[in-house]
Amino acid sequence: MFEGYWGSVAIFFGINVLMAFSLYFPMTAGLISLGQGGFMAIGAYASAVLTKSGMPFWIAVGIGGLLAALSGIVVGIPAIRIRGIYLIILTLGFGEIVRVFFLNFAFTGGASGIGGMAPYTNLAWVASACLLTSLVAWRHRYARMGRAMIAVHADEVAAQAMGVNVVRAKLTAFAVGAFIAGVAGAFYAHYTLFIDSAQFGFLRSADAFLFVVLGGIANPLGPIAGAAVVTLTPEIFRFLQDWRMTFFGALLIAVALWRPDGLVTAIRTRQ
Amino acid sequence: MLLQQLTNGLMLGGTYALVAIGYSLVFGVLRLIHLAHGEVFMVGAYIGLEVMLAFHVGPVVALAAAIVGTALLGIVLELILFRPIRRKGGSFLAPMVSSIGAGLILQEIFTKIFGAEQSEFPAGVGSDVYHIGPLLVSATQVFIMAIAILSMIVLHLFISRTRYGMAMRAVAENVEIASVLGINADAVIMLTFAVASGLAGIAGVLVGLAYTAVSPFMGINMAVKGLAIMLVGGLGSIYGAMAGGLLLGTVEVLCVAYAASSYRDAVAFGLMIIVLLVRPRGLFATGVAVER
Amino acid sequence: MTAILQVHEVSKRFGGFLALSNVSCEVAEGRIHAVIGPNGAGKSTLLNIISGVISPTSGNVAFVGQEYTGGRPDTIHGMGIARNFQHVRLFKGLSVLENVMIGSDAQTNAGTWSDVVDFVLPFRPGDAATQAHEALQFVGMGKQGNRAIDQLTLVDQRRVEIARALASRPRLLLLDEPAGGMSPSEVQDLTGVVRHIQRAGVTVLLVEHHMRFVMTLAEWITVLDAGRVIADGVPETVRRDPAVISAYIGTSA
Repeated sequence: MFEGYWGSVAIFFGINVLMAFSLYFPMTAGLISLGQGGFMAIGAYASAVLTKSGMPFWIAVGIGGLLAALSGIVVGIPAIRIRGIYLIILTLGFGEIVRVFFLNFAFTGGASGIGGMAPYTNLAWVASACLLTSLVAWRHRYARMGRAMIAVHADEVAAQAMGVNVVRAKLTAFAVGAFIAGVAGAFYAHYTLFIDSAQFGFLRSADAFLFVVLGGIANPLGPIAGAAVVTLTPEIFRFLQDWRMTFFGALLIAVALWRPDGLVTAIRTRQ
Repeated sequence: MLLQQLTNGLMLGGTYALVAIGYSLVFGVLRLIHLAHGEVFMVGAYIGLEVMLAFHVGPVVALAAAIVGTALLGIVLELILFRPIRRKGGSFLAPMVSSIGAGLILQEIFTKIFGAEQSEFPAGVGSDVYHIGPLLVSATQVFIMAIAILSMIVLHLFISRTRYGMAMRAVAENVEIASVLGINADAVIMLTFAVASGLAGIAGVLVGLAYTAVSPFMGINMAVKGLAIMLVGGLGSIYGAMAGGLLLGTVEVLCVAYAASSYRDAVAFGLMIIVLLVRPRGLFATGVAVER
Repeated sequence: MTAILQVHEVSKRFGGFLALSNVSCEVAEGRIHAVIGPNGAGKSTLLNIISGVISPTSGNVAFVGQEYTGGRPDTIHGMGIARNFQHVRLFKGLSVLENVMIGSDAQTNAGTWSDVVDFVLPFRPGDAATQAHEALQFVGMGKQGNRAIDQLTLVDQRRVEIARALASRPRLLLLDEPAGGMSPSEVQDLTGVVRHIQRAGVTVLLVEHHMRFVMTLAEWITVLDAGRVIADGVPETVRRDPAVISAYIGTSA
């Protein structure tokens, strides 16, 4: 039942869910990133290179994620002091730098990209990753780090005065988010079997942003719901497939007009 | 040689500056980033293209058409995207989100109409080449520089000498006080969008002339660079945008000439990141503190 | 008397404005020590410096004999100094109990590894929650842990903030105008709470505007005016000090 076309839809949906979660964690700490595509690219390229040199898939995925996490920390360091619009621009710039880097990096094929990966990604992998990530996100909300991130989001100065290590909270948020994006990238690479830098540009980051904006970050169901609406609606309404970008765009505008005040800054308590 | 490269850089930088100024104008009055601005630039280029192809007119008419078209587009965007959100109140995020949406829609529409490939832009100005001292400049380059400089001068005069320009500055300073003084803030905001978008339209035609090609995707590249420039120059600062644009154009051209040409797009972001780390307010900050 | 907190020649300049000028005072352990003064005297600035939210331009502060000037607020919190805020700054998005847990979380401390551990053992109620609950009970909000912040009255929010500060079992509690916006009976409740806090062994440094509240509670008073200390002693002496009286002329208590 999950073979063929719908199997493909399910896998892309799962990858999108992961990308949504990759933004969910930074967002709980109030860090808005429009550069998650860059982390996805790092995971995709790293894992592709590794499996093509014979490394087992799961290790390659892990290393791809870790490399992405490391870059998440690097990007997170300036993010400690920078906020709001500046942070968005910074992450946008990061995403673009990664894209341009891979466009030119001969080792990973430059503009020609990398192809010929073995099709390791299947529904089991993607579904398990999604499930695990959802559990982590749910648990995170009620664990110390989750509280700390929400506190940092709500009032950074007060949080610090109450003993929260703001630097650690922000860096962890970025690193965890980047790791997940890296894993998503690894899955993506071993499903489409060909990647180039154009696939991880601004549009990819805007996708992740759209998922989270739609679904909200009130709880871990949000990213899933957001990804579901965006990925699955064009499957139901066929004509949307040709007008995917317009559909995304219209969704973004609709959300912005409908809930402009609470947009992604509303986190509700468990009531 | 160096002087030649600098000249090329200034030409490129001039077009960048025109786009970046638009960002700064909108940021100045609304404190938000208009992420569909790059697509407005793209639309301007296509308007110029179609006008030149359909009516066999020169670039000057194309510019006029582009200015009118993009100014109207800018006003429409303000009315649909930003004004309703302003009425409802909200963070800076919502208008940015809706502008991303509008940008995506514009890009897809133009891709459907014109195809995803590049379209050739007519040469327009002829291909004469002039020798000015040791420099070699083409008629196109002269035209582009002239228009860019003229636009910036006109803008400067508009902002500093006319009532409308001063109204714009007043609203940018403080919307409430400007309203109390009898300035119709909504009208001023529409005017700002018209001016900003018109400038982007000019830039679109100029870039089309410079590279003799346009594509529906030229907007994104310019959009992100324009953002970077605005950041470098200082959010909301017109003159910062001008300086930043010229700076970026020059550095990019030098990078292509003397370093790795394929990394040119990353120059903007490298510059931007350096500024963000060292002096986040930008080089000519207007004192607007953008905190969450 | 042992001085738990020593403020030594602290000055703070904001651009051209001198908010504090060579302020010195000592807070004895176990005391309720009040800092009063007219509006703009610099009381909150002083509290911000003591809690590490801002750094002094010159001078230093020491806690239990250890200088900590310019330290990070979270480190200072870890040393045993906790505070509330003049304008309530609770964390939207967290329940009442979770807000207070932020205070006690810091104790069950240190690094990222312990975060991971905390993550993985989900169903242990954990010391943080227990300590937070105790702190809520201390201020009389024990049953309200699951409520949302915006459902609370201002007075209850202030109580939660105090609980949040107490949750880390500090040695020194900084209170910034905790009686703001309270009715006389609420102030009386608050007085009881502060006494209770003192009996639990916590030293209290109280910045306050509400005269009766201060005079009832304080065992030592430092008076600031325009950034300078103009009096420093027991309440009976301070209230009769002519400099203090003239600084307050025109101000209602």
